[in-house]
Amino acid sequence: MTITPITIAFFIMAAFTLGGSLGVVTNRNLFHAALYLVLALFGVAGLFVLLEAPFLAAVQVLVYVGAIAVLITITIMVTRRIMGVTESVNRQWPLAAGVSAIMAITLGFVVLDRFAGKLPVAAVPGDNIVRLGEALVNYDAYLVPFEVASVLLLAAMIGAIVVARE
Amino acid sequence: MGDIFTTIYNFLSGLLVGWGASPIVADAIIAFLAAAVLATCVLLILIFNIWLERKVLGRIQDRIGPNRVGPYGIFQTVADLLKLLTKEIIIPSGADLVPFFLAPIIMVASVILVWAVIPFTAKTIGTDVNIGVLYLAAVGSLGIMAVLLAGWSSNNKYALLGAFRAVAMLVSYEVPMILMLMMPVLITGSMRMGEIAAAQPIWYAFSMPLAAVIFLIAMTAEVGRSPFDLLEAESEIVAGYQTEYSGFAFAMFYAAEWAHAFTMAALIATLFLGGWRGPGAEQYPTLGFIYFIIKTYAVYFLSIWSRGTLPRIRIDQVMSFCWKFLIPLSLILIVLTTLADKIAQTVLMERFPDYMSTASLVDMLPRASILLAVNLVVGALAVWWIALLGRRERQRQEVAISHLAPVEVGTATK
Repeated sequence: MTITPITIAFFIMAAFTLGGSLGVVTNRNLFHAALYLVLALFGVAGLFVLLEAPFLAAVQVLVYVGAIAVLITITIMVTRRIMGVTESVNRQWPLAAGVSAIMAITLGFVVLDRFAGKLPVAAVPGDNIVRLGEALVNYDAYLVPFEVASVLLLAAMIGAIVVARE
Repeated sequence: MGDIFTTIYNFLSGLLVGWGASPIVADAIIAFLAAAVLATCVLLILIFNIWLERKVLGRIQDRIGPNRVGPYGIFQTVADLLKLLTKEIIIPSGADLVPFFLAPIIMVASVILVWAVIPFTAKTIGTDVNIGVLYLAAVGSLGIMAVLLAGWSSNNKYALLGAFRAVAMLVSYEVPMILMLMMPVLITGSMRMGEIAAAQPIWYAFSMPLAAVIFLIAMTAEVGRSPFDLLEAESEIVAGYQTEYSGFAFAMFYAAEWAHAFTMAALIATLFLGGWRGPGAEQYPTLGFIYFIIKTYAVYFLSIWSRGTLPRIRIDQVMSFCWKFLIPLSLILIVLTTLADKIAQTVLMERFPDYMSTASLVDMLPRASILLAVNLVVGALAVWWIALLGRRERQRQEVAISHLAPVEVGTATK
């Protein structure tokens, strides 16, 4: 394997992602765990950039770092008792471990089955953002899922307003 | 006078390849160099900007402003910087050290990163990614994280209150800001910053004045400048989220704030004032750089002006102005503009086959006039609406105090 600047960047981003994820599950301070989560999500955004999917990368940072991480952090800040938790696992850990293991095996199998030396690396089309935009309004492509997701978000928004008004 | 940046790139690339580096490595080294130089320039220009701002603010307030160090006090900022560098960084007891020092770094980074997608000339842009505008929004959201980190890790109630205030305000004003970022994108048909700047023979500030004004207001709030400077309202919460910072850590927040204001000016110049566009800028890209700087400083002056003359508004006023006025207005504007643009495009396609073209001023005129008409109508309605809201609020206050008995002198405090 030749070392190019891209490979170096990949290893840095992969280290961010894996290190961040480890930090999330091993840290006992919830606020620090949330920060590690930000680092992991940031690493994933970097991986998207290396895969020439900058749209996904920007959305990843905007949604996960800009919105969800801020939300999680504020939730931790305003919940007083949550900071005193000292155990890093609770009673449901065997269940969680089982679910995680099944997920890991499935994903690993799919990835190895599909990509382990079988598929040649195809060039990314240059206008991928235009194609994405067109696919979202094309009836044969993703118009219906896109509209369903929009309606779902709208319903959630109206629900939030109704709850907040009481 | 060709393109000065391309000349430098060719020179460096030739030099590195001549020294035996492969072209890929040479490009990587030049990319790092360019990023370092750009970031350093943005921070160095602050020394001038801070002096300029203090001088202009002084004049606005009928003072002289800095005038001791160097001619016209121009080296005042250098002296201040040296002072901040040599001061001790005081760490409050109970502070969470890593986030405490991470916050100023993320804050500065979130501002500097914006400059990667700003087109300086017709050809020079850090990286013309096809998601430029989305990148702006994504990078801007990092600043919110930095504010939260600073407020939390300081272990200080004022810092935490300031951080909550800041996050509430920044998250709210992100909505109209991003909605108005969409307007140039929709009209240009691209998220590339380079293309948006190039597609403005008629500046978007002229064809979409209301969008430009809303964007300016939202950006002013994002920067946290007066009248939205309640993130660090001295009389209420000391200095907000940066209360506990001192020495160099404080200097970084200070630099980030000033750099943010300048970045905002550069963004508005690019998105709504045509960026590098101007007479002769396409043949001589270096001339475009000069136009860009002039436009940026014009917007920057506007921001200093508003800072020097507008009073601070209350947090509830800030929030209700955003959620009950700016966001509905932005949504109405964006829907009506796209609708009118689409209808006009189908109706006028025969008479003006170049309706969508942005090649020249004449080509753009029909489209620009339609956009301008929509903007003016929505703008007039907005002015009427906000006047109505203001009148209702004054009446409400008059009713609230009208039934109170007159207070006798000397009993008011009981």
